[in-house]
Amino acid sequence: MDDVAKEAKAFFIIGSNTTEQHPVFGTTIRRAVKYRGAKLVVADPRKIDITEIATLHLRQRPGTDIALLNGLMYIILEKGWENKSFIDERTENFDEFKATVMDYPPEKVSQITNVPVDQLYEAAEIIASNNPTAVLWAMGITQHIVGVRNVMDLANLQMLLGNMGKAGGGVNPLRGQNNVQGACDMGGLPNVFPAYQPVTSPDVIEKFAKAWGLRTKDEFILHPSSFILSDKIGLTVTEMMPGILEGKIKSLYILGEDPVMSDPDTKHIRHCLESIDFLLLQEIFPSETAAYADVLLPGISFAEKTGTFTNTERRVQMVRKAIPRQGDARDDWWITAEIAKRVLFHLSSFEENEKKEERRKIDESAPWAKWDYKDTSAIMDEINALTPSYGGITHARLEAGERLQWPCPTTDHPGTPILHTKQFTRGKGKFMPIDHVPPAEKPDDDFPMVMSTGRVLYHWHGGQMTRRAQGLMQVYGESLVEVNPDDAVKLGLNGKSKVRITSRRGSIEAQAWVTDRVPPGMVYANFHFPESSANELTHASLDPVAKIPEYKITAVKVELV
Amino acid sequence: MAVNIKINGQPIQAEAGKTVLQVAKEHDVHIPTLCYHKDLNPTGNCRMCIVEVKGGRFLQAACVTPIWEGMEIETSSEKVMKDRKLTLELMLANHPVDCMTCDVAGECELQDLAYEYQAKVPAWGAKGTRYKVDSDPNPFIRVDMNKCILCRRCESACAEIQGRNVWGVAKRGFEEVIVAGAGVPMLEARCESCGQCVAYCPTGALSNKMNYGMGRAHQVTKVTTTCSYCGVGCQFDLLVKNNKVIGVASNPNAPVNGMALCVKGRYGYDYIHHPDRVVKPRVRRYLLEERGKTKEDGGWDWIDVEWDVALNIVAKKFMEIRGNFGADSIGLLTSAKCLNEENYLMNKLARQVIGTNNIDHCARL
Ligand code: SF4
Ligand code: SF4
Repeated sequence: MDDVAKEAKAFFIIGSNTTEQHPVFGTTIRRAVKYRGAKLVVADPRKIDITEIATLHLRQRPGTDIALLNGLMYIILEKGWENKSFIDERTENFDEFKATVMDYPPEKVSQITNVPVDQLYEAAEIIASNNPTAVLWAMGITQHIVGVRNVMDLANLQMLLGNMGKAGGGVNPLRGQNNVQGACDMGGLPNVFPAYQPVTSPDVIEKFAKAWGLRTKDEFILHPSSFILSDKIGLTVTEMMPGILEGKIKSLYILGEDPVMSDPDTKHIRHCLESIDFLLLQEIFPSETAAYADVLLPGISFAEKTGTFTNTERRVQMVRKAIPRQGDARDDWWITAEIAKRVLFHLSSFEENEKKEERRKIDESAPWAKWDYKDTSAIMDEINALTPSYGGITHARLEAGERLQWPCPTTDHPGTPILHTKQFTRGKGKFMPIDHVPPAEKPDDDFPMVMSTGRVLYHWHGGQMTRRAQGLMQVYGESLVEVNPDDAVKLGLNGKSKVRITSRRGSIEAQAWVTDRVPPGMVYANFHFPESSANELTHASLDPVAKIPEYKITAVKVELV
Repeated sequence: MAVNIKINGQPIQAEAGKTVLQVAKEHDVHIPTLCYHKDLNPTGNCRMCIVEVKGGRFLQAACVTPIWEGMEIETSSEKVMKDRKLTLELMLANHPVDCMTCDVAGECELQDLAYEYQAKVPAWGAKGTRYKVDSDPNPFIRVDMNKCILCRRCESACAEIQGRNVWGVAKRGFEEVIVAGAGVPMLEARCESCGQCVAYCPTGALSNKMNYGMGRAHQVTKVTTTCSYCGVGCQFDLLVKNNKVIGVASNPNAPVNGMALCVKGRYGYDYIHHPDRVVKPRVRRYLLEERGKTKEDGGWDWIDVEWDVALNIVAKKFMEIRGNFGADSIGLLTSAKCLNEENYLMNKLARQVIGTNNIDHCARL
């Protein structure tokens, strides 16, 4: 982030409300633009805060990012602004990609996106003539059925301009939650072990089986309660929920998440959770999801624990215990470990009852089989041993003041601030031809407007924490839905009106904020408040690869209450 | 290019273009400052850092005076010391002397300098308050312009760090005062409540409202940690008194953010001690009565239980479900709010113990 803020000559921000969602990073961009003269192009249907200082603001129609990007790349190729030597030396598949882009002449793109042709030219020129340009994106890019393709198309743009692997360039995703990066790195994903080691790879399975004292599959007959490592890719959160109704999922262990608030189509989620056999929730507050939990175990807040978070630029940093645990709450890692020990104990006695042989048990002599950690630093030792990119990131080094960004394979490695400087992880960067696909849900006569969702500066996600912060509630105490003045006139709204917003799935009421932040035909709502959460309305159409729901586009009807 | 200068008689070689203050700092020569802050552009308006330059007609502000070849500087001559003391007395003349009850006593730079120079309030000074105390409705920031010394650090911090330009100066002379926007409440002047101006204010003119009166610098313990909200990963110090988090303070060594924080990071901490916190394991009554899952007859009531009871119920349930429906009938949602170490264990629990890859978190959401 530092290199981007200091060295980028221009920024292209798409699908990120940077100053409200990543505020401190947002201010570094503000400074770069105001005091360093960096150029800024923002592509966002909404007039978000940062557009105020933008050199150019493109207000594309929601769900037309690919058309917009292809249009910009068409102009870059037309004008010969591409970085030919980078394309020749470091990339492949250029011709196929170019053929696709040539289907997006400015006039056509302008029709799809509603961005005037001259603005397309202006944007392409700013992005291409300032070297390097940094591309920044967030959920506005990924929360679409075409999320993954959006991201690929941004990579296309940066390869075309030779901005990959350069300080001040690159594609820079801004991670939402404080430790999303770490949760992914640590194997909190259905297809990979820690450090993205695939669950389908026999070598990886072998490695973890050895470390954790398990046997590999071929050694014995399958039994539902035998200890093997599964090489079958698991379900994503967006598949687990419906999986409950299909009878596939009988039980969930939810750690510090609030699907009732954060998942799409709340009514459906409630229905799913109501049907589950056993729901374990580990949380600091009785969240909206707690209503469906069979057991609620009190974890602790960041102020009560020691360990590490990994930020959006792969920087691993210490979290330090400042106060004792509240009441009888316990460390979250301790709770998980206790559950593990007890399940293992029960399972092995269960096996014995069934007179199964000893060998079904976990081999406790394996180096990392056991669960008796004395603290998180001991857990980190295990992470060091099994997670190559975290191999050299120890609490001791962090406590000694070292600043480490992964990959950091060994204890004498200084960490890696910028990825892909010389080579892409897979050798040459591959251009992917990508076509525009219209959004899953289109407005019609009954639901004529488009709703997009997101967060606001003063609140956080499902609002469990920020709704319990007094000052934040004083500034932003109830949900506001942004409505354009033109629509407000049509609907008969004034500054004090309440509106009802209805989608094909549900309906909410909230205070209207009449503002030109949103274009005509669009409303914007958040999901911080249970009584008017936008997720009552959103739908679960998923990106086929990333399985991310299309939060950013829901067809709705808006009425005055 | 290097130039030769003398500070207090000591010959020094330094790079041209540097200021007297910078060179003095590099050579451990103490020059007091007030309006100067290393993160902000120097304005040279408080006159605390004045030094005597040989041949100069006036005393010069070290923070804005560049060095030149052959320059000879005295940083603590009698003239300088007298002048600084007078400057302080003029400030104190116009400053309510309520250090006894002031929230920032102990970390107030004016107080420290007055102590260093033994400057007292002149007999003719400090005649009551000129401005309303706690004059702004902003829920986080307490404004008391009576304590303002017009150093303008707030103005620079808001403009240069936050890029927001909320603060400015109105009127001239004795009437000169710092105002938000055109003299409106801060939030109306488009303040984002980041608290940068508070962090840079050297006195109690701008302080924190949420913990006003709850603890002074020497009464709190500082624990450096990482923010629990967004992925930027700002670091800051939690201020702890009597085992309670009473505030957040910028830590200048924070790798990502330096002194900067946003409203959530700086002021969104009070959820930690909120009475809604779950502090005891809870299970539904039906689980204790060995009934099937039911909402009838109070079966769905929460019952507080000991850890052992709760954990055994959980383990037994997982084991039963795993036995009856297979490992893939269990799913784990790990947390983007929890530690790496905790996420790692969730991954290990899913894969080693349960035997499923059904693990995910809300990155997609
Ligand atoms: S809180 Fe932040 S935005 Fe508000 S006046 Fe202070 S520095 Fe400016
Ligand atoms: S202080 Fe604000 S910008 Fe920094 S990590 Fe926390 S939420 Fe993000």
